[in-house]
Amino acid sequence: MNEFPLLTLTIWLPIIGGLVVLANGEKSRDIARWTALAFACVTFLVSLGLWIGFDASTAQMQFVERTPWIPTFNVEYFLGVDGISMPLIVLTTFITIFVVIAGWEVIAYKQNQYLAAFLIMEGVMVGVFSALDAVLFYVFWEAMLIPMFIIIGVWGGPNRVYATIKFFLYTFFGSVFMLIALIYMYFQSGSFSILDFQSLQLGMTAQILIFIAFLMAFAVKVPMFPVHTWLPDAHVEAPTGGSVILAAIMLKIGGYGFLRFSLPITPDASASLDWLIIALSLIAIVYIGFVALVQQDMKKLIAYSSIAHMGFVTLGFFVVFTILANPAVSSGSVMGIEGGMVQMISHGFISGALFLCVGVLYDRVHSREIADYGGVINTMPWFGAFMVYFAMANAGLPGTSGFVGEFMVILATFRADFWWSFLAATPLILAAAFTLWMVKRVVFGEVKNEKVAALADLDIRERINLGVLAAAVLALGLWPAPLMNVMHATVENLVAQVSVCKLPEAERGECLLARPESVAVAAP
Amino acid sequence: MENVYLTIVLAPLLGAIVAGFFGGRIGRRGAHTVTIAGVAVSAALSLWVLAGFIWGDQAVFNGPVYTWMVSDGMHFEVGFLIDKLTALMMATVTFVSLMVHIYTIGYMADDEHNWPHGALSGRNSYQRFFSYISLFTFSMLMLVMSNNFMQLFFGWEAVGLVSYLLIGFWSTRESAIFANLKAFLVNRVGDFGFILGIAAVGMYFGSMDYAEVFSKAPEHAETQIDVFGGVSLMTLICILLFIGAMGKSAQVPLHVWLPDSMEGPTPISALIHAATMVTAGVFMVARMSPLYELSEAALSFVLIIGATTAFFMGLIGLVQNDIKRVVAYSTLSQLGYMVTALGASAYAAGIFHLMTHAFFKALLFLAAGSVIIAMHHKQDIGQMGGLRKYMPITWVTALLGSLALIGFPGFSGFFSKDAIIEAVGASHLFGSGYAWVLLTLGVFVTALYSFRMYFLVFHGKERMDEHTKHHLHETPWVVTLPLMLLAIPSVFIGWFTIEPLLVSDWFASGDWNPIQVAHAHDTLHHLREHWHGQAAFVQHGLTGLPFYLSMAGLALAAFVWWLLFARNPKLDEQIQAAGGPVTRVLQDKYGFDDFNQRVFAGGGRSLGRALWQKGDRALIDGAIVNGSARTVGRLALRARHLQTGYLYHYAIAMIVGLVGLMTIFVTF
Repeated sequence: MNEFPLLTLTIWLPIIGGLVVLANGEKSRDIARWTALAFACVTFLVSLGLWIGFDASTAQMQFVERTPWIPTFNVEYFLGVDGISMPLIVLTTFITIFVVIAGWEVIAYKQNQYLAAFLIMEGVMVGVFSALDAVLFYVFWEAMLIPMFIIIGVWGGPNRVYATIKFFLYTFFGSVFMLIALIYMYFQSGSFSILDFQSLQLGMTAQILIFIAFLMAFAVKVPMFPVHTWLPDAHVEAPTGGSVILAAIMLKIGGYGFLRFSLPITPDASASLDWLIIALSLIAIVYIGFVALVQQDMKKLIAYSSIAHMGFVTLGFFVVFTILANPAVSSGSVMGIEGGMVQMISHGFISGALFLCVGVLYDRVHSREIADYGGVINTMPWFGAFMVYFAMANAGLPGTSGFVGEFMVILATFRADFWWSFLAATPLILAAAFTLWMVKRVVFGEVKNEKVAALADLDIRERINLGVLAAAVLALGLWPAPLMNVMHATVENLVAQVSVCKLPEAERGECLLARPESVAVAAP
Repeated sequence: MENVYLTIVLAPLLGAIVAGFFGGRIGRRGAHTVTIAGVAVSAALSLWVLAGFIWGDQAVFNGPVYTWMVSDGMHFEVGFLIDKLTALMMATVTFVSLMVHIYTIGYMADDEHNWPHGALSGRNSYQRFFSYISLFTFSMLMLVMSNNFMQLFFGWEAVGLVSYLLIGFWSTRESAIFANLKAFLVNRVGDFGFILGIAAVGMYFGSMDYAEVFSKAPEHAETQIDVFGGVSLMTLICILLFIGAMGKSAQVPLHVWLPDSMEGPTPISALIHAATMVTAGVFMVARMSPLYELSEAALSFVLIIGATTAFFMGLIGLVQNDIKRVVAYSTLSQLGYMVTALGASAYAAGIFHLMTHAFFKALLFLAAGSVIIAMHHKQDIGQMGGLRKYMPITWVTALLGSLALIGFPGFSGFFSKDAIIEAVGASHLFGSGYAWVLLTLGVFVTALYSFRMYFLVFHGKERMDEHTKHHLHETPWVVTLPLMLLAIPSVFIGWFTIEPLLVSDWFASGDWNPIQVAHAHDTLHHLREHWHGQAAFVQHGLTGLPFYLSMAGLALAAFVWWLLFARNPKLDEQIQAAGGPVTRVLQDKYGFDDFNQRVFAGGGRSLGRALWQKGDRALIDGAIVNGSARTVGRLALRARHLQTGYLYHYAIAMIVGLVGLMTIFVTF
């Protein structure tokens, strides 16, 4: 549709930037970091072109680029975005800027390689969000592990080797199953196009197997209970930038996968196994909320909080089926998915900002232990203000972005089941408890020790970093309509897709959903 | 008109932003000027709007400001609903807020002494305080002016945020940051119910808009939903929403945060924790009257909770020695009166008491603050006494406030409290008898604790140390002016407003009536039908039981803490000691705090620790993740022994395998 290959540019520009930064060597830190910043900013501006040029009225893929890649297997270089992937791409390019800035001073060891790793990571993640060919997707998906593996393994904390191997094996374990599913569908459809997969008619057994294969891959990434234990370890050991990318973007790839693969490709399996996802999501929300409460390490606490918040995302995505099956309610399914989406974007801002906050303290004191702090606000009032603000956003205060997604998911879940929404609303108390209790012990109170007494407040670079994120959190909280508008058409189409039974004639009896005849599936 | 309403809301916000972000640059004077100007504009316009409703033909406004978002066909809008109920709230909120702003100039003048030396958090604390109270005014206005549930929740949480920031304002004090966390979390327990209530509204009405929901409500009067084995939808919605009100308006058992909130500076105790924020729950229920009228079960629930709070919290006030805590328990008790009125469907009486209480309780708090300033921030009433000689204005205004509080005939509290008790007496709902008894006895308790405090503070001998006594003097005009300005409505507002609010159906304008009462629940009809003017109402009150009880309380307080106390300064402690277990139960505040601390706070932490250690660490990581890694490693160690490198070992293995396979092929 669009002549100018905007997506290709958004993918490859940062990767080239990464290579340029690498090629420049370690001699001049200034050249490395200014180059990296320039590439990150330009990439963000380029990706804004996606937002500006986006046609929100259609669910069609936009900015499509399609050329054969490996013709023998019908593999293509096939890119495109819709209302689900486009906001996530812009989030990726946006957050990367802060990661580059956050590594400005503190990364002394091989800074150019550190920055290069993040730029390459950025390109690869954009690739994941925009790939419409399954092989291309899988290549980007696995390629993502490499920079993150290096980032944690090289610039991480003392226990980094354990954490990085755990991270790698966990995620790799999941994605192998996805590969099998993708190959199976290639044999069925003769193409690797994800869009062709979506229109593939599959029997229930095949759907369930495919669904489970995808679930393995995506559940680890999200991460869902009980495959979440890599995340706290990875976060604790990762450098600040690594944590930010991990929390803000990488987790979203799991959520994105559910929307791009699981729901549209295997709607009937999703409908019959939705109870599983919902149960795991609710466990994540409640169980992890309690676990987060007792963490003594700030990064672990925020990592656990991320898991709980991502529980909202998967909950919002999978309550759809119960709502569709409930004749008493006419709407709500779109709200669940949109709520999950907003929650993903918002969590990108908030968790990113919270990890930056912890990074600020870690850079100065070299400790993440809550007990090592106390009364930080007496020496760092700016920092204290930001920390309280982001903590409130994390607790879902209305007016901040943290509220929007939770509110929508709770509203949607109520239409499915009272008790689910009852459990889903517990973070109102739990998230406030674990976040604000941490704030109380770290930020408020009397100056606890000499290290706190010697703290210097945020410098201008840190202030800009947190300030811009704070503005984003506020803007999305006060006026989520612009974000919602780009998603509507795509999400409505997705709901129409999942509400159509894909089972072959012989198995029609197993269709769980009453299919509204009037809803036509828009051809991709 | 929309611009006027926008100005009313945004003027305090603008003041808050300027004072908050540029407080260092504009200085103290700049900060208090800009915030007071903002609130003054807001107050003037609010009064003008109210006047338009009273004397003019101000039309009800119900319209959106902007669309927050649309999802799934449901519109979430930010908008205003300005009717007489809202206008009354706006005027009350902004007037009290203005008084508090002015008062704060005096109260926070030497705030630097409240901070540790050199703490950067204490820098510009004066400006920050003004910023917060203006931000509060904005939030509260958003709450009362909202025309939809989403924005209501925004305001609801925003006032909670500012309350959190202000209770913990002196953030180096451990007690303050404990109290603010507690306040926020307890409120969140209420909000938990509240948001579920909103979700239920969203599901069944498909809209967040009040007018739309109210107009559809009767259709759902009979709807049952499948929770707890089937309950009426309206009962569920109303009780869930009321749980939110129990948090915000500090009703038993979610009241525990309010006494602790006294750790905040006194001006906010007056503004937030007495006059406005804590009454948000009362306002909300009154606003939702079209829903509550559809569920008698919910009304009974409201009635019983309110009456319980009114009486039992008042009792605790008798054993408090901190001047602010006495007033705080009195606030809890009075909130209970308002809530009970709501439960009896006397919404108008609840709002009426809300308004009179806003004035006299703000007055009492500010008077207490004035005393605290004079006492160099000592708050123990055991260490006061005789202050009337030194602080005549504070003394007289506090006396007027106390008389209003105990419902002395003719004072504002008299009208509102009598109306409530009468309405509850006329109610036929389950629990109304219980409520009536408690409210009536509560009148005695109110008079007793109010005048115990009054006599201990203002009469008798000076019991403070010499240094403090030497420096005793009346507080500056910025402090006393708000006292005097608040004393006027505390005395007179009841006399002038009872007739429109309770007798003639003032709240209705045209076909829009915010306060809807089903005929069967109309508990104010007696008052209306036998209305012969205020004087007759007062005269009638003089023959009623509440009057005798309050006079008895006053007389007893005067006898014990004025006459007897003059001879025996240890009397107060002796009485408390004589109370034995009763005193102890009251001093333990019925054990709510201990229980919460042990069961919820402690239990939550233990549960979290158990889940973390046993679930995440031992089971998932220990047994499964690292366990599988270990198992693979161990198996590999075993398997290694097979690879011995001896040819005859491999040969025998081959032969055994071959034989085995052949056996299988042959036999099957």
